[in-house]
Amino acid sequence: MQEVFNIFIKSIFIDNMVFAYFLGMCSYLAVSKTVNTSVGLGAAVVFVLGITVPVDYLLNEYILKEGALVWLDPSFADADLSFLSFILFIAIIASMVQLVEMIVEKFSPALYSSLGIFLPLIAVNCAILGGSLFMQEREYQSLAEATSFGLGSGVGWFLAIVGIAAIREKIRYSNVPPALRGLGITFIITGLMGIAFMSFLGIKL
Amino acid sequence: MKALRNFLDKQKPQFEKGGKLEKLHSMFDSFETLLFVPDKVTFAGSHIRDAIDMKRTMITVFVSLIPALLFGMWNVGYQHFLSLGQSPDFWTMFFYGFFKLLPIIIVTYGVGLGLEIVFAQIRNHEVNEGFFVSGLLIPMIVPADIPLWQVAIAVAFAVVFGKEVFGGTGMNIVNPALVARAFLFFAYPGNISGDKVWISDKADAFSGATPLGNALVGNFDNMPSVYDMFMGFIPGSVGETSTLMILIGAMILLITGIANWRVMVSVFVGGSVMGLLFNLWGANDYMNLPFYYHLIMGGFAFGAVFMATDPVTAAQTSKGMYYYGFLVGMIAVLIRVFNPAYPEGMMLAILLMNVFAPLIDHYVVESNIKKRLKRLKAVSN
Repeated sequence: MQEVFNIFIKSIFIDNMVFAYFLGMCSYLAVSKTVNTSVGLGAAVVFVLGITVPVDYLLNEYILKEGALVWLDPSFADADLSFLSFILFIAIIASMVQLVEMIVEKFSPALYSSLGIFLPLIAVNCAILGGSLFMQEREYQSLAEATSFGLGSGVGWFLAIVGIAAIREKIRYSNVPPALRGLGITFIITGLMGIAFMSFLGIKL
Repeated sequence: MKALRNFLDKQKPQFEKGGKLEKLHSMFDSFETLLFVPDKVTFAGSHIRDAIDMKRTMITVFVSLIPALLFGMWNVGYQHFLSLGQSPDFWTMFFYGFFKLLPIIIVTYGVGLGLEIVFAQIRNHEVNEGFFVSGLLIPMIVPADIPLWQVAIAVAFAVVFGKEVFGGTGMNIVNPALVARAFLFFAYPGNISGDKVWISDKADAFSGATPLGNALVGNFDNMPSVYDMFMGFIPGSVGETSTLMILIGAMILLITGIANWRVMVSVFVGGSVMGLLFNLWGANDYMNLPFYYHLIMGGFAFGAVFMATDPVTAAQTSKGMYYYGFLVGMIAVLIRVFNPAYPEGMMLAILLMNVFAPLIDHYVVESNIKKRLKRLKAVSN
């Protein structure tokens, strides 16, 4: 239980998807213009990560890993299907994103139209695939650990995009040098936020 | 005074449009406004008449920093001679520290104001007084022996990327002085962390660890007394050691109303609450440290009084200030106790909350709007 909680905290603050690995930057930069839409996209990412990581964990554990297929037949003990992980993980992610898209369209049409193309593009958001691949690489021990890692990474990404959206709303009327307006200043802010997030670097849980 | 005014008036046409030295008009403007109250007044649109302007605000903060600065100069000398085993008279110690600090202060102002003037010239805005405070804060939060070229690079980074790219004074999202320190901390850790740097030119045999450094490695027998830590007779960054002098500065800021008491008080409350929680938990010796130690060790008081209260980067709404300050205090103590990589958490805690202050404000404003809409509905029904 302790371990599950530690993984959750760690994936929010210490191994933050945006500030520690710079994953999922495209939608992070593109959708962070207002707080309300970024809350919507952030929640969608939390949802998708929270489902795909545990599903991919099961997939990895019972189909892909070396020797994972022994539950079918003992003769599969040295079968290694991990070369299939990319394509299977992406398939799971894409279907989950379809689900999210339908839910959002049904229950919040306003959010659906403000997110536009970036909602289906969650499927190719590197933070999502990154979550599944990190899960595989770090060899989490149980479904609970994988779930808490997925949710934690999502919450970390959510915090990052909501934080930068609030800053971008605040500096909307600032006299930023013309060459830096838009993406340029956003990259600089992201760097400064990264410095601030370094406060958690090195905490051992 | 009059002669100076006349001299400036005589020089002025040269710097105006079409004059010989037109290119240097920002520099002339900044020195003129430094010496005299500018005679420009707003003439259109709505405006508030008030005796307080940016210049007066900044000068008040400047004055409130002086006690801690003077004490810091003396303490640099005191720690130096203590490590050598000597005890010369008061003025020897003071001037040792004074001549250690003077170059840092000169470099900070030279680089910082130079860049500000360049930016003002290119971007056609005025040189603001904002850097007068940042320029004094930076020398006070570094060790006295820091190499000057590192100070210059850090100040340049802080002024350009911390402030000018956002449009200058009042537009920045993180405190420029803290950006400078964080830059030094991550780029040149050898000169701003560890046990060797906090006492200037110390004798090798003498332990130069700060109370925080001792606490981090579990060396609780060597902790200075509470009295020493409160008065500031401990090694550390120049301005941060003496809680007493910082509190004098805090009184000046609070009486004149320059700093907001909500932020200051809630930072101290946040730190104490976190300290008490750790006391309750008590899993190791560091957690068992009495909570008030955290408030007088290291840069906690300095950060709470002079850094967290920065009106530009702190939360702007009254309710938001409580959350902001409380979280700064909590996270600072949390990093100190939990993070074996950094002995001090105040700098990073303030930077982190600077980043999230706009978000806090956003939600405070949203909740106010919602509350009022509800009230409106109740009335109209």
